Amino acid sequence: MLQAPEVSPETIEQDKIYKEMGLTDKEYDMIKNIMGRRPNFTEIGIFSVMWSEHCSYKTSKPLLKKFPTEGPQVVQGPGEGAGVVDIGDGQGVVFKVESHNHPSAVEPYQGAATGVGGIIRDVFSMGARPIASLNSLRFGNLNTGRVKYLFDEVVHGIAGYGNCVGVPTVGGEVQFDDCYEGNPLVNAMCVGLIDVKDIQKGIAAGLDNTIMYVGSKTGRDGIHGATFASEDLTEDSESKRSNVQVGDPFMEKLLIEACLEVIHSEALVGIQDMGAAGLTSSASEMASKAGMGMEMNLDLIPQREANMTAYEMMLSESQERMLLCVKKGQEQEIIDIFRKYNLEAVAVGKVTDDKRFRLLHNGEVVADIPVDSLAEDAPIFYKESKVPAFYEEYQKMPAYLPNITDHKETLRQLLQQPTIASKEYVYDQYDSMVQANTVFSPGSDAAVIRVRGYDKALAMTIDCNSRYIHLDPEVGGKIAVAEAARNIVCSGAKPLAITDGLNFGNPDKPENFWQMEKSVEGMSEACLALDTPVISGNVSLYNESNGQAIFPTPIVGMVGLHESLAHITPSHFQNEGDAIYVIGETKPEFGGSELQNLLEGSYFGKAPALDLTIEAKRQAQLLEAIQNGLVVSAHDVAEGGLGVALAESLFTNKGLGAFVEIQGDVTATLFSETQSRFVVSVKVEDREAFERVVEHATYIGTVSNDDKLVITNDNVEIINDSVEALQQLWKGAIPCLLKSKA
Amino acid sequence: MKFAVVVFPGSNCDRDMYYAAKDALGQEADMLWYKDANLDGYDAILIPGGFSYGDYLRCGAIASTSNVVKQLREKAKQGVPILGVCNGFQILLEAGLLPGALLRNEKLKFMCHFEDLVVENNDTIFTSNYEKGEVISIPIAHNEGNYYCDEETLAQLKANNQIVFTYKNNPNGSVSDIAGVTNEQGNVLGMMPHPERAVEAILNSADGLKLFQSMLQNWREKYVAGA
Repeated sequence: MLQAPEVSPETIEQDKIYKEMGLTDKEYDMIKNIMGRRPNFTEIGIFSVMWSEHCSYKTSKPLLKKFPTEGPQVVQGPGEGAGVVDIGDGQGVVFKVESHNHPSAVEPYQGAATGVGGIIRDVFSMGARPIASLNSLRFGNLNTGRVKYLFDEVVHGIAGYGNCVGVPTVGGEVQFDDCYEGNPLVNAMCVGLIDVKDIQKGIAAGLDNTIMYVGSKTGRDGIHGATFASEDLTEDSESKRSNVQVGDPFMEKLLIEACLEVIHSEALVGIQDMGAAGLTSSASEMASKAGMGMEMNLDLIPQREANMTAYEMMLSESQERMLLCVKKGQEQEIIDIFRKYNLEAVAVGKVTDDKRFRLLHNGEVVADIPVDSLAEDAPIFYKESKVPAFYEEYQKMPAYLPNITDHKETLRQLLQQPTIASKEYVYDQYDSMVQANTVFSPGSDAAVIRVRGYDKALAMTIDCNSRYIHLDPEVGGKIAVAEAARNIVCSGAKPLAITDGLNFGNPDKPENFWQMEKSVEGMSEACLALDTPVISGNVSLYNESNGQAIFPTPIVGMVGLHESLAHITPSHFQNEGDAIYVIGETKPEFGGSELQNLLEGSYFGKAPALDLTIEAKRQAQLLEAIQNGLVVSAHDVAEGGLGVALAESLFTNKGLGAFVEIQGDVTATLFSETQSRFVVSVKVEDREAFERVVEHATYIGTVSNDDKLVITNDNVEIINDSVEALQQLWKGAIPCLLKSKA
Repeated sequence: MKFAVVVFPGSNCDRDMYYAAKDALGQEADMLWYKDANLDGYDAILIPGGFSYGDYLRCGAIASTSNVVKQLREKAKQGVPILGVCNGFQILLEAGLLPGALLRNEKLKFMCHFEDLVVENNDTIFTSNYEKGEVISIPIAHNEGNYYCDEETLAQLKANNQIVFTYKNNPNGSVSDIAGVTNEQGNVLGMMPHPERAVEAILNSADGLKLFQSMLQNWREKYVAGA
């Protein structure tokens, strides 16, 4: 165990104790060189967490540099707790996604709960009020008891924390594939609203200013969490349960309210949450960013357990803690604000000008490190990249063309595929309406939150189809961004920017690194084409269990702006008699499709193609039509193709149906996953005007009121099914899988 | 009309309640932090939902021992209208201002969605603007919303017409589908569904607004000359 009795600097070197902490021989030598001596146990612990991938991005940094991060809308790009985008009226929207994969794999309730808590802290530490949470989850298929347990407990944990803390969970996605069986993904995103003038920075500036600690006491939980998150999951991972933190959403709620009051105090210089690597990262980053040093007296740190060592305090990831830099002499003002909320703000250190990170404990200096070596000067590694053999095979394969005879039954089966099926079982457990701003809650293409007091709203979504990325990371990366933008546009908003949650396998394997590289390139290209720069993000590597990597899963969280509430557009059909259009042409593209999974139980071949010029133009035209009031509903065509998109558009409980006439190859038209397509409904009187604005819009039928989905081809009825029956299948699929015996 | 919204540590629907009174209804409202709240001078008191004290011990139990709840008891006796929603309902039950208790939902899961409620009694200061039997769409968001009382209490509730709202499709196992009850006097209403989240069409229902409008109209009729 890592909490073993502390050992001498000599023993650390001789017995290579640093390896247990995740450092390599080379890194140890670098550290020795920086220090000019052998680091002691506390110091090597501090280095090991700060140089972990989770904190330093040491392998992903060269890739992250490729992302476009600028644009006139960007107020704050990557580097702070979360990014900020301008939404007019002096307001900004703040958002970021973060992963909590490894903790959730061993302790799903707390792992997921603290993931939510951590990302909310990132947002309010910027000075923003958290207004919405989203999450993106990946599990193995729901056919083992273990997967069902992970699924249920992760959802339960998100609900337990999010509901209590009073931030509505308004959107998300859940997908199921075997590759996630041993290594589920739990990515949480938080969106906040701020007056731009109130933006805070995590800096410890001003010589002799006071460093204050607020929130939960420090315990032994989560020690080495960041290191744990930066290695592969193995059979031993279960023994790392003590590396998982425990959340207290009530404490978080008090911290939110208190911190949002404190940011208006003139005494505050900087504020940052203690996230991964706790006190170590918040303190050293705040000092390093300000170009200063810091000295802390660990005797003063509020402690939950007796006899904690300096090592334990510095590496603890106890939750719900914040670090503040306060003007010297004005501490009482800060103490009083926190006291109102029954919280204690404690002075634990001061800003120095020697650029050292110095820690005192029991009257001794227990660590003295050049602060920049922990943060800005952490090492960067350039990994080897190699095209995987399977990718080349996929590229050479002839196009996969499924042979379907019963399209009605196929549609029924697709609607019951867990990735497509209704996630009501999940989102009904989340309070999606607290704060009373939720216009569209989960179940829509994008969630919509109105901005109280203004004629505008925010659309938000989180998305990633990792099957395409597995087949072709570059194209799949583009699709991930494009699809998120489609969701935003369908709701009537203009896409603003993204946050990326990059989840990959072990980067030391060149094939994995190649996937990272290519997906980042694809995403970057799409971000440029769609004018959605990357403003924040998170990297989670080593997502492997027993040597098997997950599908590359770079999750895209996107936020858009409705310039008027009148632009808000539902994804479901609304009125009998409205005309139905499909925008975009369909090609037979089944690689990575839900139909391929249904028929073959695996994914292979080429991912669907994506032309970013067409994508951007089509999104712009659809948005223009929506803004001109010409569109009643809009829904993107995604997993399961047009057939599924049409059915989903009808799941309103209003008794609506549709009569649709399709042309060409029936299987491809209904189930191909060709990109850049939408299903929209338009009032009959607006058809002409709509067609003038939107190119490649094909009229395919009308909305009826008879609760039937009827699809014909050359006057032959292909599908004639009850919408209610389809909806029941779609709704019942996940509860049914959970109930069935593993 | 002047509303007080009492804010406990962990309340999280306090702003929603405040905006319902202030913006949707267009009346005066103040958010009062529980420590220094003085309820004098307010025409109605709103106890919002959330997780006071993190729902630790029992939902509403710790908040019910606070000083402000002592004031609340006085105000209840004096006939001041008091509305407790969700955790506010739980606090009123724990404080003994309303009969019964709330158990965990029958399915043991938190649930959040719109429910159809039936207005069982429109002869109250909270519901006079509704029709008797009217079906309204109001969201629920709770884990402990399963209303329970013994048979004797239930008989009294029925005899005194204290059952104000019932669920059309009981989501949580509540006795007799009860969604909201008043005290015997009729000036204290506790309910699990959130009327303050349904006060504007853009929030997918404005059916909750009539509850606040009823309070306003009854106050005007009682106190404003010539109204």
